[in-house]
Amino acid sequence: MPPRPFWPPLLAGFILGLVLLLTFLMTGHGLGASGFFTRFTAALGGWLAPAATGANTYLGPYLQSNPIASWISWEIVGVAIGALAGSITSGRFRLALERGPSIGANERLIYALIGGVLVGFGARLARGCTSGLGLSGGATLAVAAFVFLIAFFAAGFLVTFAARRVWR
Amino acid sequence: MTFPLYDNGMIAGLLAGILFGYVLEGAGFGSPRKLTAQFALRDWAVFKVMFTAVIVAAIGLWLAEAGGVMGTSAVFVPTLFFWAIALGGVLIGAGFALGGYCPGTSTVGLLSGRTDAAVFILGMILGTALFAALFEPLEGLYRAAEGPKGQTLMDLTGLPTWAILAVLLIMALGGFALGNWCERRFGGPLSADDVMSGLSVDEGRPADQDNLSRSARPNEHQATAS
Repeated sequence: MPPRPFWPPLLAGFILGLVLLLTFLMTGHGLGASGFFTRFTAALGGWLAPAATGANTYLGPYLQSNPIASWISWEIVGVAIGALAGSITSGRFRLALERGPSIGANERLIYALIGGVLVGFGARLARGCTSGLGLSGGATLAVAAFVFLIAFFAAGFLVTFAARRVWR
Repeated sequence: MTFPLYDNGMIAGLLAGILFGYVLEGAGFGSPRKLTAQFALRDWAVFKVMFTAVIVAAIGLWLAEAGGVMGTSAVFVPTLFFWAIALGGVLIGAGFALGGYCPGTSTVGLLSGRTDAAVFILGMILGTALFAALFEPLEGLYRAAEGPKGQTLMDLTGLPTWAILAVLLIMALGGFALGNWCERRFGGPLSADDVMSGLSVDEGRPADQDNLSRSARPNEHQATAS
């Protein structure tokens, strides 16, 4: 079955805006993502190295109770369900590696790992990611969100220009 | 009824998440090639979707407050810590450009079957652990240049909300026009067909490069001229 086309961007953006508004009206805050990975890292640390994680200034407080027991964890479970439902029903699910045509699979995985480390680190430094700070903060017209978005897009353009072969 | 309901239970989380994941997948944001094509200027879906969503939600929040169904200052507004947020934004932009995802879209990629998304998520966990390990030396930077609590663009400029929204709307329309021009100039947005036909099922051998470049570059003569 050929994949169904992606939604037109303005339609997707309009519906995402309504979803974001609904989230604000239900919960008092917007959508997020990186907060879950912080909690997951704390839980993993508590399991692999409980003493070191408990003593850590940043992650330690998460271990006072179950770090996974949080709204954001349910939200990410929901994101996974929604994404899976969307990709399967549209014929866009495929178990495969996705990469630019100029690099091999191993190189793609190295870049994915390095990119992940930078994003994981950056999201903790910024206190949020593209979803929680950029999108949700942007909807509240927060100064912090626009500082983040300008830095995010500027660095994205520069690094893409410097490392063109990764995706071209 | 007064909003927000401040309902942070399981159902509210699942509902918001399912809708969020479904829309991101529908927009094509499970594909790192489509996502990073934004930074190569050939596919402006990231900018269009984000900017439209921000404006729609911001107008909705403004109307809810003006209409009295929501209290003033009732929703969470992040506080600026200039250096941490600017540097964090740079790191996320750089990591997105190299790794192909951000935290939310990596989840969508994983549930679209992308194996590289799993490795990206492993990297995010390592990056989070690294930040935690270095937190004490970084704490000065983390808390530097703190802005007023929950400062908005209205607080910063003294302008009313409608004026800020009008400026954002004009910027968005300008950005969309620029985006459409760039999309024509640099090869056009990636369709679902482009993304699916470019996936390398056999990971041992280079991708079917002819197929990939042909399907992904409808205006190849223009793309190579740039």
